[in-house]
Amino acid sequence: MRREVRFSAGRVWAMLLRYLYLLRSSWPRTLELLYWPTLQMLIWGFMSQFLYANSSYVFRAFGVLLAAVMLWDVLFRGQLGLSMSFLEEMWARNLGHLFVTPLRPYEWVVSLLSMSLIRVLLGIVPAALLAIPLYHYSIFAMGLPLVAFFAVLLVMGWALGLAICGLILHQGMGAEGMAWTVVFTLSPISAVYYPVSILPGWLQHAAWALPSTYVFEGMRAVLFTEIFRADYFFAAAALDVMYLALGATVFFVAFHNARRRGALLQMGE
Amino acid sequence: MIEPAVKVDNLVKRYPTAVAVDGISFTVARGVTAALLGGNGAGKTTTLSILLGLLLPTAGRVRVLGEDMLRHRYRVLPQMNFSSPFVDLPHRLTVRQNLLIYARLYGLPQRRKRIESLAADLQISAFLERPAGKLSAGQKTRVALAKALLNEPDLLLLDEPTASLDPDTGDWVRSYLEAYRARTGATILMASHNMSEVERLCSEVLMMKAGRIVDRGSPEALIARYGRTNLEEVFLHIARQPRIELEPVP
Repeated sequence: MRREVRFSAGRVWAMLLRYLYLLRSSWPRTLELLYWPTLQMLIWGFMSQFLYANSSYVFRAFGVLLAAVMLWDVLFRGQLGLSMSFLEEMWARNLGHLFVTPLRPYEWVVSLLSMSLIRVLLGIVPAALLAIPLYHYSIFAMGLPLVAFFAVLLVMGWALGLAICGLILHQGMGAEGMAWTVVFTLSPISAVYYPVSILPGWLQHAAWALPSTYVFEGMRAVLFTEIFRADYFFAAAALDVMYLALGATVFFVAFHNARRRGALLQMGE
Repeated sequence: MIEPAVKVDNLVKRYPTAVAVDGISFTVARGVTAALLGGNGAGKTTTLSILLGLLLPTAGRVRVLGEDMLRHRYRVLPQMNFSSPFVDLPHRLTVRQNLLIYARLYGLPQRRKRIESLAADLQISAFLERPAGKLSAGQKTRVALAKALLNEPDLLLLDEPTASLDPDTGDWVRSYLEAYRARTGATILMASHNMSEVERLCSEVLMMKAGRIVDRGSPEALIARYGRTNLEEVFLHIARQPRIELEPVP
Protein backbone atom coordinates (compact mmCIF):
# COMPACT_ATOMS: atom_id res chain seq x y z
CA MET A 1 0.00 0.00 0.00
CA ARG A 2 1.18 3.50 -0.84
CA ARG A 3 2.16 5.82 1.99
CA GLU A 4 -0.02 8.87 2.47
CA VAL A 5 1.65 11.91 4.03
CA ARG A 6 -1.15 13.70 5.86
CA PHE A 7 0.75 16.87 6.68
CA SER A 8 3.95 18.05 5.12
CA ALA A 9 5.85 21.07 6.39
CA GLY A 10 7.72 20.94 3.07
CA ARG A 11 4.52 21.60 1.12
CA VAL A 12 3.55 24.43 3.48
CA TRP A 13 7.02 25.93 2.97
CA ALA A 14 6.62 25.56 -0.80
CA MET A 15 3.45 27.65 -0.72
CA LEU A 16 4.99 30.18 1.66
CA LEU A 17 7.92 30.46 -0.70
CA ARG A 18 5.51 31.17 -3.55
CA TYR A 19 4.01 34.13 -1.67
CA LEU A 20 7.44 35.40 -0.63
CA TYR A 21 8.62 35.26 -4.26
CA LEU A 22 5.51 37.23 -5.23
CA LEU A 23 6.19 39.83 -2.57
CA ARG A 24 9.81 40.11 -3.68
CA SER A 25 8.85 40.40 -7.34
CA SER A 26 7.06 43.71 -6.85
CA TRP A 27 8.58 46.47 -4.73
CA PRO A 28 5.43 48.66 -4.99
CA ARG A 29 3.48 45.88 -3.27
CA THR A 30 6.10 45.58 -0.54
CA LEU A 31 6.08 49.34 -0.11
CA GLU A 32 2.29 49.33 0.10
CA LEU A 33 2.54 46.97 3.09
CA LEU A 34 4.44 49.68 4.98
CA TYR A 35 2.65 52.69 3.52
CA TRP A 36 -0.82 52.56 5.11
CA PRO A 37 0.17 51.60 8.66
CA THR A 38 2.86 54.30 8.65
CA LEU A 39 0.48 56.92 7.27
CA GLN A 40 -2.17 56.02 9.85
CA MET A 41 0.40 56.20 12.62
CA LEU A 42 1.53 59.65 11.46
CA ILE A 43 -2.03 61.04 11.33
CA TRP A 44 -3.05 59.64 14.70
CA GLY A 45 0.28 60.57 16.24
CA PHE A 46 -0.17 64.26 15.36
CA MET A 47 -3.82 64.04 16.39
CA SER A 48 -2.71 62.64 19.75
CA GLN A 49 -0.21 65.47 20.20
CA PHE A 50 -2.99 67.96 19.59
CA LEU A 51 -5.51 66.22 21.84
CA TYR A 52 -2.95 65.72 24.59
CA ALA A 53 -3.18 69.43 25.31
CA ASN A 54 -6.90 69.68 24.64
CA SER A 55 -8.52 66.48 25.85
CA SER A 56 -8.51 64.87 29.25
CA TYR A 57 -9.11 61.49 27.58
CA VAL A 58 -5.81 61.54 25.70
CA PHE A 59 -4.08 63.38 28.55
CA ARG A 60 -4.66 60.29 30.73
CA ALA A 61 -2.54 58.21 28.37
CA PHE A 62 -0.88 59.78 25.32
CA GLY A 63 -0.67 56.50 23.41
CA VAL A 64 -4.34 55.53 23.68
CA LEU A 65 -5.13 56.52 20.08
CA LEU A 66 -1.80 55.47 18.61
CA ALA A 67 -1.99 52.02 20.23
CA ALA A 68 -5.59 51.68 19.04
CA VAL A 69 -4.73 52.50 15.44
CA MET A 70 -1.80 50.09 15.41
CA LEU A 71 -3.76 47.26 17.02
CA TRP A 72 -6.68 47.83 14.65
CA ASP A 73 -4.19 47.42 11.83
CA VAL A 74 -3.20 44.01 13.23
CA LEU A 75 -6.80 42.86 12.77
CA PHE A 76 -7.20 44.49 9.36
CA ARG A 77 -3.79 43.41 8.00
CA GLY A 78 -4.22 39.92 9.46
CA GLN A 79 -7.43 39.46 7.50
CA LEU A 80 -6.21 41.24 4.37
CA GLY A 81 -2.84 39.44 4.41
CA LEU A 82 -4.59 36.09 4.31
CA SER A 83 -7.13 37.19 1.70
CA MET A 84 -4.47 38.74 -0.57
CA SER A 85 -2.42 35.54 -0.76
CA PHE A 86 -5.61 33.63 -1.48
CA LEU A 87 -6.59 36.14 -4.17
CA GLU A 88 -3.16 35.81 -5.79
CA GLU A 89 -4.10 32.21 -6.60
CA MET A 90 -7.48 33.32 -7.95
CA TRP A 91 -5.96 36.02 -10.16
CA ALA A 92 -3.35 33.55 -11.44
CA ARG A 93 -6.03 30.86 -11.96
CA ASN A 94 -3.60 28.56 -10.21
CA LEU A 95 -5.90 26.30 -8.17
CA GLY A 96 -6.08 23.78 -11.01
CA HIS A 97 -2.32 23.36 -10.84
CA LEU A 98 -2.01 23.39 -7.06
CA PHE A 99 -4.65 20.80 -6.30
CA VAL A 100 -3.44 18.14 -8.69
CA THR A 101 -0.29 18.04 -6.56
CA PRO A 102 -0.30 16.30 -3.16
CA LEU A 103 -0.98 19.69 -1.51
CA ARG A 104 -3.83 19.39 0.97
CA PRO A 105 -6.29 22.27 1.45
CA TYR A 106 -5.35 22.56 5.14
CA GLU A 107 -1.65 22.79 4.26
CA TRP A 108 -2.56 25.66 1.94
CA VAL A 109 -4.47 27.28 4.80
CA VAL A 110 -1.44 26.99 7.12
CA SER A 111 0.69 28.73 4.48
CA LEU A 112 -1.95 31.47 4.11
CA LEU A 113 -1.97 32.02 7.89
CA SER A 114 1.83 32.13 8.01
CA MET A 115 1.95 34.65 5.17
CA SER A 116 -0.65 36.76 6.94
CA LEU A 117 1.59 36.91 10.03
CA ILE A 118 4.58 37.93 7.89
CA ARG A 119 2.57 40.66 6.15
CA VAL A 120 1.29 42.02 9.49
CA LEU A 121 4.78 42.15 10.97
CA LEU A 122 6.20 43.80 7.83
CA GLY A 123 3.47 46.44 7.94
CA ILE A 124 3.12 47.20 11.64
CA VAL A 125 6.58 46.84 13.15
CA PRO A 126 8.23 49.64 11.09
CA ALA A 127 5.31 51.99 11.90
CA ALA A 128 5.56 51.13 15.60
CA LEU A 129 9.31 51.71 15.58
CA LEU A 130 8.90 55.04 13.80
CA ALA A 131 6.49 56.24 16.50
CA ILE A 132 9.30 56.03 19.08
CA PRO A 133 11.51 58.84 17.72
CA LEU A 134 8.56 60.84 16.36
CA TYR A 135 6.27 60.89 19.39
CA HIS A 136 8.39 59.35 22.15
CA TYR A 137 5.76 56.65 22.33
CA SER A 138 6.54 52.95 22.24
CA ILE A 139 3.68 50.49 21.95
CA PHE A 140 6.18 47.84 23.08
CA ALA A 141 6.12 49.45 26.57
CA MET A 142 2.82 47.62 27.07
CA GLY A 143 4.89 44.46 27.47
CA LEU A 144 3.29 41.03 27.58
CA PRO A 145 -0.32 42.30 27.29
CA LEU A 146 0.66 43.56 23.83
CA VAL A 147 1.50 39.97 22.81
CA ALA A 148 -1.93 38.85 24.05
CA PHE A 149 -3.74 41.67 22.20
CA PHE A 150 -1.74 40.99 19.04
CA ALA A 151 -2.51 37.26 19.13
CA VAL A 152 -6.25 37.74 19.69
CA LEU A 153 -6.58 40.29 16.87
CA LEU A 154 -4.46 38.27 14.46
CA VAL A 155 -6.54 35.12 15.02
CA MET A 156 -9.74 37.15 14.62
CA GLY A 157 -8.32 38.47 11.33
CA TRP A 158 -7.60 34.89 10.23
CA ALA A 159 -11.14 33.80 11.09
CA LEU A 160 -12.60 36.67 9.06
CA GLY A 161 -10.14 36.07 6.24
CA LEU A 162 -11.00 32.37 5.99
CA ALA A 163 -14.73 33.11 5.93
CA ILE A 164 -14.24 35.78 3.24
CA CYS A 165 -12.08 33.42 1.12
CA GLY A 166 -14.79 30.77 1.50
CA LEU A 167 -17.40 33.24 0.28
CA ILE A 168 -15.21 34.18 -2.71
CA LEU A 169 -14.79 30.46 -3.51
CA HIS A 170 -18.54 30.13 -3.36
CA GLN A 171 -19.56 33.33 -5.14
CA GLY A 172 -16.62 33.79 -7.51
CA MET A 173 -14.48 36.84 -8.08
CA GLY A 174 -17.51 39.13 -7.99
CA ALA A 175 -17.19 38.87 -4.20
CA GLU A 176 -13.54 39.93 -4.23
CA GLY A 177 -14.34 43.39 -2.83
CA MET A 178 -15.32 41.81 0.49
CA ALA A 179 -11.64 41.28 1.22
CA TRP A 180 -11.22 45.05 1.58
CA THR A 181 -14.53 46.05 3.10
CA VAL A 182 -15.99 43.49 5.53
CA VAL A 183 -13.63 44.21 8.40
CA PHE A 184 -14.62 47.89 8.44
CA THR A 185 -18.22 47.02 9.27
CA LEU A 186 -16.86 45.73 12.60
CA SER A 187 -14.86 48.87 13.32
CA PRO A 188 -17.69 51.00 14.81
CA ILE A 189 -18.73 48.31 17.28
CA SER A 190 -15.22 47.16 18.19
CA ALA A 191 -14.79 50.25 20.38
CA VAL A 192 -11.41 50.93 18.82
CA TYR A 193 -11.11 54.64 19.67
CA TYR A 194 -13.83 55.05 22.32
CA PRO A 195 -15.16 52.97 25.21
CA VAL A 196 -17.89 50.46 24.47
CA SER A 197 -20.14 52.28 26.96
CA ILE A 198 -20.58 55.04 24.33
CA LEU A 199 -22.58 52.66 22.14
CA PRO A 200 -26.36 52.33 22.53
CA GLY A 201 -27.32 49.52 24.89
CA TRP A 202 -28.57 47.16 22.20
CA LEU A 203 -25.37 47.62 20.18
CA GLN A 204 -23.21 46.88 23.21
CA HIS A 205 -24.46 43.29 23.16
CA ALA A 206 -23.21 42.93 19.57
CA ALA A 207 -19.92 44.62 20.53
CA TRP A 208 -19.24 42.16 23.34
CA ALA A 209 -19.66 39.30 20.88
CA LEU A 210 -16.47 40.40 19.13
CA PRO A 211 -12.98 39.49 20.39
CA SER A 212 -11.73 42.89 19.19
CA THR A 213 -13.96 44.76 21.69
CA TYR A 214 -12.31 42.93 24.61
CA VAL A 215 -8.89 43.79 23.21
CA PHE A 216 -9.54 47.51 22.90
CA GLU A 217 -11.24 47.73 26.29
CA GLY A 218 -8.34 45.70 27.71
CA MET A 219 -5.83 47.99 26.01
CA ARG A 220 -7.40 51.06 27.62
CA ALA A 221 -7.35 49.31 30.99
CA VAL A 222 -3.62 48.68 30.62
CA LEU A 223 -2.88 52.23 29.45
CA PHE A 224 -5.10 54.04 31.97
CA THR A 225 -4.77 51.85 35.04
CA GLU A 226 -1.85 49.54 34.21
CA ILE A 227 -4.10 46.56 34.91
CA PHE A 228 -4.26 43.63 32.50
CA ARG A 229 -7.81 42.31 32.41
CA ALA A 230 -7.27 38.56 32.21
CA ASP A 231 -11.06 38.06 32.13
CA TYR A 232 -11.21 40.10 28.91
CA PHE A 233 -8.34 38.12 27.45
CA PHE A 234 -9.91 34.72 28.15
CA ALA A 235 -13.30 35.84 26.84
CA ALA A 236 -11.64 37.14 23.66
CA ALA A 237 -9.60 33.95 23.25
CA ALA A 238 -12.72 31.79 23.64
CA LEU A 239 -14.56 33.87 21.03
CA ASP A 240 -11.51 33.61 18.76
CA VAL A 241 -11.61 29.83 18.94
CA MET A 242 -15.28 29.87 18.06
CA TYR A 243 -14.88 32.30 15.14
CA LEU A 244 -11.81 30.53 13.82
CA ALA A 245 -13.70 27.23 13.79
CA LEU A 246 -16.58 28.96 12.01
CA GLY A 247 -14.28 30.65 9.46
CA ALA A 248 -12.44 27.38 8.77
CA THR A 249 -15.75 25.55 8.35
CA VAL A 250 -16.99 28.12 5.83
CA PHE A 251 -13.70 27.84 3.94
CA PHE A 252 -13.49 24.04 3.80
CA VAL A 253 -17.18 23.60 2.95
CA ALA A 254 -16.78 26.18 0.14
CA PHE A 255 -13.66 24.37 -1.07
CA HIS A 256 -15.48 21.04 -1.14
CA ASN A 257 -18.39 22.63 -3.00
CA ALA A 258 -15.96 24.20 -5.48
CA ARG A 259 -14.68 20.68 -6.23
CA ARG A 260 -18.25 19.53 -6.72
CA ARG A 261 -19.05 22.43 -9.07
CA GLY A 262 -15.78 22.19 -10.99
CA ALA A 263 -14.81 25.70 -9.91
CA LEU A 264 -11.19 24.87 -9.05
CA LEU A 265 -10.26 24.79 -12.73
CA GLN A 266 -12.38 27.75 -13.75
CA MET A 267 -11.97 30.09 -10.82
CA GLY A 268 -10.24 33.30 -11.84
CA GLU A 269 -10.72 36.75 -13.27
CA MET B 1 -2.50 -9.00 -11.53
CA ILE B 2 -1.61 -5.38 -12.25
CA GLU B 3 -4.64 -3.12 -12.37
CA PRO B 4 -5.03 -0.83 -15.37
CA ALA B 5 -3.69 2.69 -15.01
CA VAL B 6 -7.24 4.04 -15.20
CA LYS B 7 -10.49 2.22 -14.57
CA VAL B 8 -13.72 4.18 -14.79
CA ASP B 9 -17.11 2.63 -14.04
CA ASN B 10 -20.41 4.25 -14.89
CA LEU B 11 -19.13 7.77 -14.32
CA VAL B 12 -21.72 10.53 -14.21
CA LYS B 13 -21.29 14.27 -13.77
CA ARG B 14 -24.54 16.12 -13.66
CA TYR B 15 -24.90 19.88 -13.22
CA PRO B 16 -28.22 21.57 -12.42
CA THR B 17 -28.72 22.49 -16.09
CA ALA B 18 -26.68 19.90 -18.01
CA VAL B 19 -25.21 16.41 -17.95
CA ALA B 20 -21.50 16.73 -18.72
CA VAL B 21 -20.63 13.04 -18.40
CA ASP B 22 -23.37 10.50 -18.84
CA GLY B 23 -22.46 7.09 -17.43
CA ILE B 24 -19.16 6.35 -19.14
CA SER B 25 -16.98 3.31 -18.44
CA PHE B 26 -13.50 2.64 -19.76
CA THR B 27 -10.07 1.38 -18.85
CA VAL B 28 -6.64 2.51 -19.92
CA ALA B 29 -3.93 -0.13 -19.69
CA ARG B 30 -0.57 0.72 -18.17
CA GLY B 31 2.11 2.00 -20.49
CA VAL B 32 -0.12 3.09 -23.36
CA THR B 33 -1.09 6.46 -24.77
CA ALA B 34 -4.85 6.86 -25.04
CA ALA B 35 -7.05 9.73 -26.12
CA LEU B 36 -10.45 11.08 -25.27
CA LEU B 37 -11.55 12.41 -28.60
CA GLY B 38 -14.58 14.57 -29.16
CA GLY B 39 -15.86 18.00 -30.03
CA ASN B 40 -16.45 20.90 -27.68
CA GLY B 41 -18.74 19.95 -24.81
CA ALA B 42 -18.21 16.21 -25.34
CA GLY B 43 -17.10 15.77 -21.71
CA LYS B 44 -13.35 15.25 -22.23
CA THR B 45 -12.09 17.94 -19.87
CA THR B 46 -14.74 17.04 -17.29
CA THR B 47 -13.53 13.43 -17.36
CA LEU B 48 -9.90 14.49 -16.99
CA SER B 49 -10.82 16.81 -14.10
CA ILE B 50 -12.51 13.95 -12.28
CA LEU B 51 -9.50 11.70 -12.86
CA LEU B 52 -7.31 14.41 -11.35
CA GLY B 53 -9.53 14.80 -8.30
CA LEU B 54 -10.32 18.44 -9.16
CA LEU B 55 -13.97 17.65 -9.74
CA LEU B 56 -16.28 15.36 -7.78
CA PRO B 57 -18.51 13.10 -9.88
CA THR B 58 -22.23 12.76 -9.28
CA ALA B 59 -21.96 8.96 -9.50
CA GLY B 60 -19.60 6.23 -10.55
CA ARG B 61 -16.25 4.80 -9.58
CA VAL B 62 -12.75 5.88 -10.58
CA ARG B 63 -9.62 3.87 -9.90
CA VAL B 64 -6.27 5.37 -10.80
CA LEU B 65 -3.04 3.37 -10.54
CA GLY B 66 -4.88 0.84 -8.41
CA GLU B 67 -6.36 3.30 -5.91
CA ASP B 68 -9.89 4.58 -5.46
CA MET B 69 -9.49 8.18 -6.62
CA LEU B 70 -12.53 9.42 -4.73
CA ARG B 71 -11.36 8.08 -1.37
CA HIS B 72 -7.57 7.93 -1.58
CA ARG B 73 -6.47 10.44 -4.15
CA TYR B 74 -3.54 11.60 -2.02
CA ARG B 75 -2.00 8.14 -2.39
CA VAL B 76 -1.75 8.51 -6.14
CA LEU B 77 -1.40 12.25 -6.76
CA PRO B 78 2.39 12.05 -6.22
CA GLN B 79 2.54 9.60 -9.18
CA MET B 80 0.34 11.72 -11.49
CA ASN B 81 0.64 15.05 -13.21
CA PHE B 82 -1.24 17.25 -15.60
CA SER B 83 -0.63 19.83 -18.26
CA SER B 84 -2.96 22.12 -20.14
CA PRO B 85 -2.19 25.12 -22.34
CA PHE B 86 -5.37 26.69 -20.97
CA VAL B 87 -4.06 26.86 -17.40
CA ASP B 88 -0.92 29.00 -17.27
CA LEU B 89 1.62 28.88 -14.49
CA PRO B 90 1.59 32.03 -12.32
CA HIS B 91 2.81 34.87 -14.52
CA ARG B 92 4.79 36.97 -12.07
CA LEU B 93 7.08 34.22 -10.88
CA THR B 94 10.05 33.20 -12.99
CA VAL B 95 10.04 29.81 -14.67
CA ARG B 96 12.64 28.54 -12.20
CA GLN B 97 10.66 29.80 -9.18
CA ASN B 98 7.51 28.12 -10.49
CA LEU B 99 9.28 24.82 -11.09
CA LEU B 100 11.02 24.99 -7.73
CA ILE B 101 7.71 25.45 -5.93
CA TYR B 102 6.08 22.52 -7.74
CA ALA B 103 9.15 20.37 -7.11
CA ARG B 104 8.76 21.11 -3.40
CA LEU B 105 5.02 20.36 -3.53
CA TYR B 106 5.88 16.94 -4.94
CA GLY B 107 8.55 16.53 -2.26
CA LEU B 108 11.29 15.85 -4.79
CA PRO B 109 14.86 15.39 -3.64
CA GLN B 110 17.65 17.18 -5.57
CA ARG B 111 15.19 19.70 -6.93
CA ARG B 112 17.67 22.03 -8.59
CA LYS B 113 19.40 19.17 -10.37
CA ARG B 114 16.05 17.84 -11.59
CA ILE B 115 15.03 21.26 -12.89
CA GLU B 116 18.35 21.74 -14.69
CA SER B 117 18.05 18.32 -16.29
CA LEU B 118 14.45 18.88 -17.42
CA ALA B 119 15.31 22.38 -18.64
CA ALA B 120 18.08 20.96 -20.80
CA ASP B 121 15.78 18.20 -22.13
CA LEU B 122 12.93 20.57 -22.93
CA GLN B 123 15.21 23.38 -24.14
CA ILE B 124 13.96 25.94 -21.63
CA SER B 125 17.29 26.70 -19.91
CA ALA B 126 17.57 30.05 -21.69
CA PHE B 127 14.45 31.44 -20.07
CA LEU B 128 14.49 29.87 -16.62
CA GLU B 129 14.95 33.31 -15.06
CA ARG B 130 12.20 34.95 -17.13
CA PRO B 131 8.72 35.60 -15.63
CA ALA B 132 6.34 32.88 -16.83
CA GLY B 133 3.95 35.54 -18.13
CA LYS B 134 6.50 36.83 -20.62
CA LEU B 135 6.91 33.60 -22.58
CA SER B 136 5.60 32.82 -26.05
CA ALA B 137 2.88 30.16 -26.49
CA GLY B 138 5.46 27.55 -27.51
CA GLN B 139 7.74 28.39 -24.58
CA LYS B 140 4.78 28.25 -22.18
CA THR B 141 3.83 24.81 -23.46
CA ARG B 142 7.35 23.49 -22.92
CA VAL B 143 7.45 25.01 -19.42
CA ALA B 144 4.05 23.49 -18.63
CA LEU B 145 5.39 20.16 -19.82
CA ALA B 146 8.45 20.57 -17.58
CA LYS B 147 6.10 21.16 -14.64
CA ALA B 148 4.07 18.10 -15.61
CA LEU B 149 7.17 15.89 -15.81
CA LEU B 150 8.89 17.14 -12.64
CA ASN B 151 7.81 14.11 -10.63
CA GLU B 152 8.30 11.73 -13.58
CA PRO B 153 4.64 10.69 -13.38
CA ASP B 154 3.37 7.16 -13.97
CA LEU B 155 0.17 8.70 -15.28
CA LEU B 156 0.30 11.89 -17.30
CA LEU B 157 -2.98 13.62 -18.14
CA LEU B 158 -2.88 16.17 -20.93
CA ASP B 159 -5.59 18.54 -22.06
CA GLU B 160 -5.04 19.59 -25.69
CA PRO B 161 -1.26 19.32 -25.34
CA THR B 162 -0.43 21.08 -28.62
CA ALA B 163 -3.30 23.56 -28.89
CA SER B 164 -2.19 26.96 -30.23
CA LEU B 165 1.28 25.72 -31.19
CA ASP B 166 2.84 26.12 -34.61
CA PRO B 167 3.32 22.80 -36.50
CA ASP B 168 7.04 22.63 -35.73
CA THR B 169 6.64 23.12 -31.97
CA GLY B 170 3.62 20.81 -31.97
CA ASP B 171 5.64 18.11 -33.64
CA TRP B 172 8.49 18.63 -31.19
CA VAL B 173 6.11 18.21 -28.21
CA ARG B 174 4.60 15.04 -29.70
CA SER B 175 8.06 13.55 -30.23
CA TYR B 176 9.01 14.38 -26.67
CA LEU B 177 5.89 12.70 -25.30
CA GLU B 178 6.52 9.57 -27.38
CA ALA B 179 10.09 9.40 -26.11
CA TYR B 180 8.98 9.96 -22.51
CA ARG B 181 6.46 7.12 -22.65
CA ALA B 182 8.95 4.79 -24.29
CA ARG B 183 11.64 5.59 -21.72
CA THR B 184 9.55 5.44 -18.55
CA GLY B 185 6.67 3.12 -19.43
CA ALA B 186 4.27 5.80 -18.22
CA THR B 187 0.62 5.94 -19.22
CA ILE B 188 -0.57 9.02 -21.06
CA LEU B 189 -4.21 9.98 -21.34
CA MET B 190 -4.96 13.05 -23.40
CA ALA B 191 -8.05 15.01 -24.32
CA SER B 192 -7.77 16.28 -27.83
CA HIS B 193 -9.52 17.20 -31.01
CA ASN B 194 -6.32 17.17 -33.03
CA MET B 195 -6.84 14.04 -35.12
CA SER B 196 -3.36 13.73 -36.59
CA GLU B 197 -1.87 14.00 -33.11
CA VAL B 198 -4.14 11.25 -31.83
CA GLU B 199 -3.41 9.04 -34.84
CA ARG B 200 0.29 9.42 -34.31
CA LEU B 201 0.50 9.05 -30.52
CA CYS B 202 -2.37 6.90 -29.35
CA SER B 203 -2.98 3.19 -29.46
CA GLU B 204 -6.47 3.56 -27.96
CA VAL B 205 -9.12 6.16 -28.74
CA LEU B 206 -12.33 6.81 -26.84
CA MET B 207 -14.73 8.76 -29.02
CA MET B 208 -16.94 11.03 -26.91
CA LYS B 209 -20.09 12.86 -27.80
CA ALA B 210 -22.51 14.67 -25.49
CA GLY B 211 -20.99 13.12 -22.37
CA ARG B 212 -21.01 9.54 -23.66
CA ILE B 213 -18.45 7.22 -25.17
CA VAL B 214 -19.89 6.44 -28.58
CA ASP B 215 -17.08 4.28 -29.91
CA ARG B 216 -13.63 3.06 -29.04
CA GLY B 217 -10.69 1.24 -30.50
CA SER B 218 -7.30 1.84 -32.04
CA PRO B 219 -7.13 4.62 -34.66
CA GLU B 220 -6.64 2.00 -37.39
CA ALA B 221 -9.62 -0.06 -36.20
CA LEU B 222 -11.89 2.99 -36.06
CA ILE B 223 -10.85 4.13 -39.53
CA ALA B 224 -11.52 0.63 -40.90
CA ARG B 225 -14.83 0.28 -39.06
CA TYR B 226 -16.24 3.47 -40.55
CA GLY B 227 -14.67 2.87 -43.97
CA ARG B 228 -12.78 6.18 -43.91
CA THR B 229 -9.25 7.19 -44.78
CA ASN B 230 -8.29 8.97 -41.57
CA LEU B 231 -9.46 9.69 -38.04
CA GLU B 232 -10.68 13.18 -38.90
CA GLU B 233 -13.26 11.70 -41.25
CA VAL B 234 -14.35 9.29 -38.52
CA PHE B 235 -14.65 12.18 -36.12
CA LEU B 236 -16.73 14.24 -38.55
CA HIS B 237 -18.96 11.26 -39.30
CA ILE B 238 -19.64 10.72 -35.60
CA ALA B 239 -20.00 14.41 -34.80
CA ARG B 240 -22.61 14.86 -37.55
CA GLN B 241 -24.70 11.83 -36.63
CA PRO B 242 -27.82 13.00 -34.76
CA ARG B 243 -27.74 9.96 -32.50
CA ILE B 244 -25.31 7.09 -32.29
CA GLU B 245 -26.08 3.89 -30.51
CA LEU B 246 -23.63 3.10 -27.76
CA GLU B 247 -21.66 -0.02 -28.19
CA PRO B 248 -21.78 -2.32 -25.18
CA VAL B 249 -19.24 -1.57 -22.47
CA PRO B 250 -16.58 -4.26 -22.65
